[in-house]
Amino acid sequence: MNRFEISSEAIDLEQFRASLVDETCGAFVTFEGWVRNHNDGRAVLRLAYEVYEPLAVKEGLAILEEAMKKFEITQVHAVHRQGELAMSEPAVVVGVASAHRDAAFKACRYVIDEVKARLPIWKKEYYADGDTEWVNCQHSVHAVKDNSTATKQTGNKQT
Amino acid sequence: MKLQIHWFAAFREATGHSKESVGSEAATVSELFEEMKTRHPALASARGAKVAINDELADWNSTLKDGDKILFFPPVAGG
Repeated sequence: MNRFEISSEAIDLEQFRASLVDETCGAFVTFEGWVRNHNDGRAVLRLAYEVYEPLAVKEGLAILEEAMKKFEITQVHAVHRQGELAMSEPAVVVGVASAHRDAAFKACRYVIDEVKARLPIWKKEYYADGDTEWVNCQHSVHAVKDNSTATKQTGNKQT
Repeated sequence: MKLQIHWFAAFREATGHSKESVGSEAATVSELFEEMKTRHPALASARGAKVAINDELADWNSTLKDGDKILFFPPVAGG
């Protein structure tokens, strides 16, 4: 089973974990992406995520379906936040349950990498010096449907 | 033909619009984006954009038809 959600509310991690419990599974791997207090040498005070939800949900579900096909896993869920987030809050959570650990680790890595590269989600950082900036994901340059005439990026940031 | 263009994140701030109706005879999405760079000079430095037509991710060579909803996405940064 797979489920993908965009949430405007704080992610309930206990509930998220409980939704993945499965007696046929011996392994459970999660990834949480947290709001970090610095990026590219600048002090970050807070973040806001803008999401185009209709396409984000469609593409998110497609990624989870790909993970189910590629790896021997039983359950995979992911939730991504939108709106303003406080320091250290989870911005994204991926959870994978499977019979054995190897597939769960690999699938979890696959899902978070694809989510960061493909979903129509944008992150705005608010810095301590009063400046703000939309952050460019380093993976966007090789995403499948980039504008092939305009994909060379400079100064991309590790996100 | 008449098109509805939606701008997101950095593109919304560069154009000053979240959406706008435009008349265009652009043959492809790529041509339309070039037209928009003329209309909104702040888009000139746009790199790594993606496009969706009527909520489906699309190729830059896709053709347009009257009434299409065109979504221009700046480089994404989820997670």
